[in-house]
Amino acid sequence: MAELLRHEKGQAGDLAGPGRLADGVPDRPLDRARDGLRAYRMIAAMWIRSTMAYRASFAMTAFGNLAATALDFVAILLMFSQVDALGGYRLPEVAFLYGASSTAFGLADLAIGSMDRLGRRVRDGTLDTLLVRPAPVLAQVAADRFALRRLGRVTQGLLILGFALLALDVTWTPLKVLLIPLMLVSGAAIFMSVFIAGAAFQFLAQDASEVQNAFTYGGNTLLQYPPSVFGKDLVRGATFLVPIAFVNWLPGLYVLGRPYPLDLPSWAAFTPPLVAVACCALAGLAWRAGLRSYRSTGS
Amino acid sequence: MDTALNPDPDRDPDPDPDADFIALDGIEKVFDVRKKTGFLRRERHQVRAVDGITFRVPRGEMVGYIGPNGAGKSTTIKMLTGILTPSGGRLRVAGIDPARERTRLARRIGVVFGQRTTLWWDLPLIDSYRLMHRMYRIPDRRYAENLDRCVQLLDLGELLDVPVRQLSLGQRMRGDIAAALLHDPEVLYLDEPTIGLDVVSKAKVRTFLRDLNAESGTTVLLTTHDLTDIEQLCKRVMVIDHGRLMYDGPLAGLHEVGESERTLVVDLERELPPLEVESARVVKVEGPRQWLAFPAAASAAPLVAAVAARYPLVDLSVREPDIEAVIAKMYADRATS
Repeated sequence: MAELLRHEKGQAGDLAGPGRLADGVPDRPLDRARDGLRAYRMIAAMWIRSTMAYRASFAMTAFGNLAATALDFVAILLMFSQVDALGGYRLPEVAFLYGASSTAFGLADLAIGSMDRLGRRVRDGTLDTLLVRPAPVLAQVAADRFALRRLGRVTQGLLILGFALLALDVTWTPLKVLLIPLMLVSGAAIFMSVFIAGAAFQFLAQDASEVQNAFTYGGNTLLQYPPSVFGKDLVRGATFLVPIAFVNWLPGLYVLGRPYPLDLPSWAAFTPPLVAVACCALAGLAWRAGLRSYRSTGS
Repeated sequence: MDTALNPDPDRDPDPDPDADFIALDGIEKVFDVRKKTGFLRRERHQVRAVDGITFRVPRGEMVGYIGPNGAGKSTTIKMLTGILTPSGGRLRVAGIDPARERTRLARRIGVVFGQRTTLWWDLPLIDSYRLMHRMYRIPDRRYAENLDRCVQLLDLGELLDVPVRQLSLGQRMRGDIAAALLHDPEVLYLDEPTIGLDVVSKAKVRTFLRDLNAESGTTVLLTTHDLTDIEQLCKRVMVIDHGRLMYDGPLAGLHEVGESERTLVVDLERELPPLEVESARVVKVEGPRQWLAFPAAASAAPLVAAVAARYPLVDLSVREPDIEAVIAKMYADRATS
């Protein structure tokens, strides 16, 4: 170990000179975001490599994920074997909403679905080990146990969305076509912000992963059905309180040419990107507050 | 020891970066603890886990930081690494404020938590190391050299492809120590590095740490329950209890302050009345076995010679005083003086 540290010595001595770093400025947000993405990529890549060491096992679990998540749609198909419409919506329309929500949620779940483990990490103290590494904690938690098998949900969402797009009887305009990718990306971002906010809440209540699941998985199930099926209060909550209605309901109903159950202007269909940005900003603040409270209480 | 506890508060904050490599001035950590007292009623009270600690560790020193459970050791380490934000006081490690610049400090320190691993639990050891290599941006050559050395000295060769969860405690600890050193940290914090290890693993870890400190000049701060760790590794020891620094000086001095005693256990050929030897007294007799207490600062050799010369000796062993006993004694002395 003779040279293990020697080369650092002179340099470190210079750095620690009087007053130079005593009140150094914390990294700029942009640098931190870049560091975070870099760490996320590295950790996720490590998990993917380790998954790919057992390809057959990966193929099976990914297919299992696809099949299990597609059961939700099987339930909808069973309903349609008895009725012609759900809340006034026909099968291709419901399939469209289902596919859009499933794909958006699947993307968010694939990217940062491991965040619901945060509470456990706080409880057993392993979060501390992330705090001593030179990378943003959010990126480390988000990439932890990156599970490529979650592509199964995304795949089934895309398949059903594809089926809906072929079967739908709508007049396509350029605006409607543009709205579809916009809807999927914004929707994924909105779901991600729910994941992050939920994890931030787990700093305070370490057993709250089920609360988080109610909003993520529960929200996804809600969005798979047309809003006309639900009571007005629930729709209001999903629009204004936890704005998951912007994932697929508002843009989706514009594409389908259906009125939204609440009195909202038609341009609201185009607000999902803005809502997504606002949600991510709020979730980011919540995360910072949560982490700060952890670092001041340690529990 | 009092000079260490009361440095001049008006001094220049960084007169010598190497002497004040780790510098704490009146560091405090207060926790708000909420206790359930009824169905929805909660009582809040404050716990001062660390209550005004001041010390300096110069670059290259190896210091033991000891104290009973709940004394504030881990809380101090967590503040030194930037995990926890101090409630009061001034703290610098290598000139960096850990709480404000946690990630920048992270590149210059290594941390080993005895109770939990910093490795990725489900992945082979080597995967964790490869990730550290990239995350810490360690130059390829340095990484290869450091890994080679650690693998050789810590005997990790056959463990690299084993998932961390399948490693024994001692193997995992060695794996963790290697992980903490790949990026050439200037400071190494070890929180209970020998807890739960068998004798062979303990010896391996100690030898490695001693060589690391001697050859590379790494500054090491070590918390432990095991006084033997301190005896074999550290010239200087700090004792903390109830969040306060009780003692800061050489280990021998701690024994003097604590008036602690070691115990010589002798097995005789037959049952005898309590032995009569100078500089020791018999504290317990059980058949042919007797326990003799003698000052911890004294050597055991003359005592053993004296006993062997006069009595039929079959076997013997020396027991070290434990930290709890030394500290308890220190407290008792303070109360009476």
